[in-house]
Amino acid sequence: MSETLLEVKNLTKYFSTPKGLLHAVDGVSFTIEKGKTLGVVGESGCGKSTTGRAILRLQEPTSGEVYFEGKDILKMKRREMHKMRREMQIIFQDPYSSLDPRKTVNQLIREPIVNNKLLKDKLDIEKRVLELMSTVGLAERLYNTYPHELDGGRRQRIGIARALAVNPKFIVCDEPVSALDVSIQAQVLNLLKELQRDLGLTYMFITHNLSVIYYFADDIAVMYLGRLVEKAPAEELFAHPVHPYTQALLSAIPNPDIDAPRNRLLLKGEISSPINPPPQCRFAKRCNYCCEKCLAAEPELKEISPNHFVACHFPLE
Amino acid sequence: MGEVQEKRSEYAMEIRDLAIRYVTDEATVYAVNHIDLKLRPQGTLGLVGETGAGKTTTVLSILNLIQTPPGVIDSGEIFVNGRNVREMTPAQLSEMRGKEVSMIFQDPMTSLNPVMTVGDQIAESILLHENVDKKTAYEMAKKTLETVGIPGERAGEYPHQFSGGMKQRVVIAIALACHPNVLIADEPTTALDVTIQAQVLDLMRKLKESYHTSTILITHDLGVVAEICDEVAVMYAGSIVEIGSLREVFKNTKHPYTEGLFNSLPDMSDRNSQLKPIKGLTPDPTKIYEGCTFAERCPYASEECTKRRPQLEAVGENHKVACLAYEREGFSIERSRKQ
Repeated sequence: MSETLLEVKNLTKYFSTPKGLLHAVDGVSFTIEKGKTLGVVGESGCGKSTTGRAILRLQEPTSGEVYFEGKDILKMKRREMHKMRREMQIIFQDPYSSLDPRKTVNQLIREPIVNNKLLKDKLDIEKRVLELMSTVGLAERLYNTYPHELDGGRRQRIGIARALAVNPKFIVCDEPVSALDVSIQAQVLNLLKELQRDLGLTYMFITHNLSVIYYFADDIAVMYLGRLVEKAPAEELFAHPVHPYTQALLSAIPNPDIDAPRNRLLLKGEISSPINPPPQCRFAKRCNYCCEKCLAAEPELKEISPNHFVACHFPLE
Repeated sequence: MGEVQEKRSEYAMEIRDLAIRYVTDEATVYAVNHIDLKLRPQGTLGLVGETGAGKTTTVLSILNLIQTPPGVIDSGEIFVNGRNVREMTPAQLSEMRGKEVSMIFQDPMTSLNPVMTVGDQIAESILLHENVDKKTAYEMAKKTLETVGIPGERAGEYPHQFSGGMKQRVVIAIALACHPNVLIADEPTTALDVTIQAQVLDLMRKLKESYHTSTILITHDLGVVAEICDEVAVMYAGSIVEIGSLREVFKNTKHPYTEGLFNSLPDMSDRNSQLKPIKGLTPDPTKIYEGCTFAERCPYASEECTKRRPQLEAVGENHKVACLAYEREGFSIERSRKQ
């Protein structure tokens, strides 16, 4: 039987702005099973990165519950949380700005080991750094180089090595390949998959790239304007999307196969403001099937078939 | 115009033997190495390649926008509507820019003036090129805004009042204001979300039909190329390694690098297939290679490949590839064998 590693219940994160409350994440619930990958997709501003950060308490959530191996981490005290962070790590989007430019590869990877007092002996630490470098495919000769001397793919490998240094169980990957060229993207994706297999890692993989997520994730959650609108196993979601937004999103993926049929569902308009959203379906304004009920009440997430959840008053067939 | 009559080109835009390097104190970067590129009237050419392949340098040269120094143009002629850009006077150049050739830049957030209304920004280009007064220019600007799907009454608003997708439409409106023959779009949708990207691509397709513009589209997204291009040129380390019609390059791929690009993409029909990345890294652009620049990453390379530079050779109708392996009897890459 599969085991739940992470359970998120009703997570919200509001930001106060001069114009009112910005609902970045609004009542999001999901679970991730041990050793699996949950892909979170959506367009810029939909709250996917904020969700990832709120789970790790890098941004304190406004309300909600986050259970990691059964313990509610939002209730943890500072010291307890510090310990907890060893279990949960994050890989950032931009390997150019998330590494200290004045530290060498060795110093960068050493940092989490020393800060968490995982090893004390100098030689042990050095051995561990080299071991991590080989795990992520960084050549030993790069030990004393600086990030600016390396390309994006190698820099992202440093970020991955730093995350792995504390032996985490769970990693939030926040757009880890978006800043990389296609050929390098594939190298990093393969590495992340290998690491998952070898170390039994659980991932939350945040991206706007739908073809990457299809390849990478076991389950996919689609977010729109702070809400989770659909969640299903990857194959099910791609074969039978039932939320009108998911359908439009999937049909908008540019397909490099020139003979593939093109039936694009164009959406009208653009994402509306997340500041003080009215109590109606958040997608209503752009939805081709919008009707009165959609403007009157916000749909709740419900299970329409095993493991397939959708928040829509009139899910499509 | 008379003096270049004999060199007239029948293409909307033609580049012949262009070579550009950037010279700095530390090193010389060979950005573009003797390339030829032709754009058919009303055609859409996709220029594909990874960061640093020389795509942007190539198109900037069409507008004579290469900064010298550090740029040095070693050779090459560039024809726009039959006239050589490199022989134009500054006055002729500013006449051409925006009127005959316009450019859409990658990042709509930084290519608009934040303290000028979008209407004025569009009218600016019209005033420069058309013989009209300010008021008429502004009215024309409003009309142009409407062609890209933005209500004319929003002409008085500033860029920060628009969303990302709308800003990119404004940039497109500025580029199209004077109905240029040649439109250069440098990664026009890279900064946009997929559903907005779909809207912008749809708009570009429609505009192409109504204005008969010839377009060069720079992108690294093969999916976008498949959507709107009819010809494709693949650039690698400053050279064109494969060029031809969309169908030929996508369905009858010949160059190992192009194959590598396709293999790096997740296979949407098989979720469990492994991605096959191109091994290694792009070559050092400050080095001069004797042989093929792709040789050290190429799974099919022979010793010959590191010694001799391949030239573009025809491998089919409207399809050329620069690869020495095709001199070997019966050679084919894996991708073409699969199909």
